[in-house]
Amino acid sequence: MEIRNQKHQVLTNYEVLMALRTVKDSKSSHSTKNLATITYETIQYLENTPCKDQTQENIENFIIELKKFGRLTKSEILTMINDPPTLPVHIQLIVEDSEERLSETQVDEIIELSKKYFPNAS
Amino acid sequence: MFIITELKSTIKVDPSQFNKSLAEVSKNELNKKLANKVLHNVGLCISFREVVSFGDSCILPVDGSSHTDVIFRYIVFRPEISSLITGKIKSCTRDGIFVTLGFFDDIFIPKDELQHPSRFDEVENAWVWEYPLEDGAKHDLFMDVGETIKFRVIDEEFVESEPTGPPETNSESTSTNTNTDNMKPPYKIFGAINESGLGLDSWWTQNSGEVEDEEDDEEES
Repeated sequence: MEIRNQKHQVLTNYEVLMALRTVKDSKSSHSTKNLATITYETIQYLENTPCKDQTQENIENFIIELKKFGRLTKSEILTMINDPPTLPVHIQLIVEDSEERLSETQVDEIIELSKKYFPNAS
Repeated sequence: MFIITELKSTIKVDPSQFNKSLAEVSKNELNKKLANKVLHNVGLCISFREVVSFGDSCILPVDGSSHTDVIFRYIVFRPEISSLITGKIKSCTRDGIFVTLGFFDDIFIPKDELQHPSRFDEVENAWVWEYPLEDGAKHDLFMDVGETIKFRVIDEEFVESEPTGPPETNSESTSTNTNTDNMKPPYKIFGAINESGLGLDSWWTQNSGEVEDEEDDEEES
């Protein structure tokens, strides 16, 4: 086994859930026990996270609206999708040096956006 | 938390499988080989994603199987250092807290990375955050088994499983090492909950109104 590109692409939890549901429904998961186990357990985990109610459209719109805060990094946006912030303390955790990079109003705006697109989160 | 890793491997196709397409055989073989296994310095392999390209197939003199180099992509669990994950408390020991995600449970929060001050309750077998109250008293916040816990990834450790040599050949120090190494999981994540917002969700949702001095009053929107 040769590693060609360790991090070719980063996935949101939603994308993983969709991919694994396809695997579970296809015949290939029955052929190997390990695959059946890991897909089942990972789906179980993901179905207990906010990604279970997300749609591709919601995620895309959320990302577009977040662009106006310009300074957010990709991994910060990814975290906000996987675990949508509902409290200012969540933003502090996700965004490094959030006090310097975001104003209080911006923090509230991000939380509003996250609640608007992912109402069932938390 | 999840990434796609691009890998290269040689697929051996037995003549009995020649009626199937190479793509299908590779997918099955790679799932057999990698699914639910930890690949050193890569992470926990979850599921085959796609083939990028096939090399030329060749047949070796010794058997009738065809051998093909294949470049492919695999879904891998490999949370980034400093990312946030939510899991469940699996068990507590005096050294810290073990957390499980269901599909992965080699996650450990050392006692030095808990909220401060915390103590270990021997009776309940749980860690307790002694939240200080204004009048000098403290409020005990228990971290019980099964509770949902949010933590930050602070470190990771890959252990390559190596064949252990004949026992007791070297000095004492190495022989004790091999014993413990045998027990080590191939991939382990270390977490921390010593920041505001980490730990149990209920600590922050219930208290946010009373504990924090909220500057702005409730906004109507």
